[in-house]
Amino acid sequence: MDLIESYREELRLIRKPWTGIWVGMIFFAVILLPWFSPEYYAYIATLVFIYSIGVQGQNILIGYTGQISFGQAGFLAIGAFTFGHLARLGSPLPINLFCAGLVAGLFGLIVGFPSLRLKGPYLAIATLGFGIAIYQILVNSELLSGGRMGLSVPKLDPFFGLTKSISIYYFNLFIALLFTLASYNLISSYIGRAFVAIRDNDIAAEVMGVSLTHYKLLSFAISSFYTGIQGGLYALLMGYLEPNMFTFMEAITLFVAVIIGGLASVEGSIFGAAFVILVPQIFSGYKELVPVIFGVTIIIVLIFEPLGLFGRWMKMRIYLRNWPFR
Amino acid sequence: MERFLQYSISGLSTGSLYALVALGLVLIYRSTRILNFAHGDMATAGTFFAFTLLSLKIPFGPSFLIALLLGGGVAMAFYFLILIPAQRREATLLGQIILTLGLGLILQGLISYIWGTVPQSFPFPLSDSKVWKIGGLVISELGIGALGVGLIGSFLLYLLVQRTRLGLAMRATSENLPASQTLGIPTRRVLALSWGLAALLGVLAGIILAPALLLDPFFMLEPFLKGFAAAIMGGLNSLPGAIVGGLLLGIAESLAGGYISVAFKNTLAFLIIIAVLMIRPEGLLGKEFKERV
Repeated sequence: MDLIESYREELRLIRKPWTGIWVGMIFFAVILLPWFSPEYYAYIATLVFIYSIGVQGQNILIGYTGQISFGQAGFLAIGAFTFGHLARLGSPLPINLFCAGLVAGLFGLIVGFPSLRLKGPYLAIATLGFGIAIYQILVNSELLSGGRMGLSVPKLDPFFGLTKSISIYYFNLFIALLFTLASYNLISSYIGRAFVAIRDNDIAAEVMGVSLTHYKLLSFAISSFYTGIQGGLYALLMGYLEPNMFTFMEAITLFVAVIIGGLASVEGSIFGAAFVILVPQIFSGYKELVPVIFGVTIIIVLIFEPLGLFGRWMKMRIYLRNWPFR
Repeated sequence: MERFLQYSISGLSTGSLYALVALGLVLIYRSTRILNFAHGDMATAGTFFAFTLLSLKIPFGPSFLIALLLGGGVAMAFYFLILIPAQRREATLLGQIILTLGLGLILQGLISYIWGTVPQSFPFPLSDSKVWKIGGLVISELGIGALGVGLIGSFLLYLLVQRTRLGLAMRATSENLPASQTLGIPTRRVLALSWGLAALLGVLAGIILAPALLLDPFFMLEPFLKGFAAAIMGGLNSLPGAIVGGLLLGIAESLAGGYISVAFKNTLAFLIIIAVLMIRPEGLLGKEFKERV
């Protein structure tokens, strides 16, 4: 979309001073939000931060590497329950969160193995099976899921003398920012380029010297790590866990967020996360119709705007920049 | 031994329904390479049509027939109104698969909105509790009905695909789309009919499954996933494979439920999928696919 003249410029996150001002303003608004808005909005924004991490992970796998996975609910559950059990044992928060990601990432490696032989729809089904198997294991094992009452997880202690909701807002914002920067850097690194090469043509990528085994597994591991972190943060926010939070529908929601936000775009992932969080909130009186809205949006997006909300956003920016010329 | 036979026979009757679901999936996959994620929801929609017609005091025969046709109609409408415009805009295969997912979400939401999410019992001429005894084996009337419908449905589909001009056109279209277009086969109509037929098979399975399970908007999710497993086991591009896969899965599941644990029953299908995909990705009867750069 922009004219890029050097590799150094390609690697830069913010290329134009105007973009810098935009991003700065948005960042400023996000920082100030919890002080000036009702607690409820801050809570919704926190959910968006948490989801945007998982959606970015999904996007690395689906959008950049081109491997469809419907098993995200499984990774989410693994991350959340790892976090929950560790937190109950009393280990410190950063370690819990890291372990949540790590364990999910390890399972991602295991699920990634079929991806070496499977393609497209077949992989979707294998991962779907994994997600449902994890759900059923949790439902059937009281030891893991904490029984009928669910697993209660200690919530975040307020820090720096802030109120509870504001400190959890800043904590999640910080982690989400960290992961957003990480994904930008990942994508413009050799690893990210290798992912894109695999997506565009895996056989050609292998011929060019990209190890398919290595990078497909890596993509699975990284995306599951993100999803595991999302699960951990979700557990921390909710304060309790039960297997019913991680049904097939949850995987679909993450998938929908990737498609609607825009494949292969980090900003798109954030838009998508905001979409899947905000729509059920706005239409809370018509819960049954939420899937209809998701479905209709998917169809509209795929037929008219395959790049998703991100593509629409880019087109709007180009239109405004060139206005009044077309 | 008797227990083994008993489990096998009850597995066979659920398996025949999985086979119907799997046939619908395979029918669409082999002609368009699209995995239809809306298959379960189309079947649910059709079953709910039947439910409404029955509650209007329309006799079983006509209301089932109308429901089957309506279910097929939904699928054909999806093909004409959504898939074809998407194909005109050169949607990728992945995009088309995601479109079916979108349709599934829409149908699921609409069904929950119109009929509510409360489980309802579905009236049916055959009863679940009346049992027949053959030798030492016990089978419910519904079980026999399921087995009968599954086998007859598969046989009719076989006749249609192998012995009619329409079937020939369907096979040609799935074999080579451009070539059959050149030869003057109305591929678009043939594909639309395949979609309709697939949804019809799904609705047929749904109508028979509904009395045993309770009718709610999500009741087809599990049979649909099992149908998927069966289709993969038999090979996604092979119609006989779908039947074999469905029956085998039904038996395996019933045996696992009987000998190991009931809780394990549902996980088994997915273990089978993963195992089959790891060992023989093309399925039992499927043809191996090769790829060139």
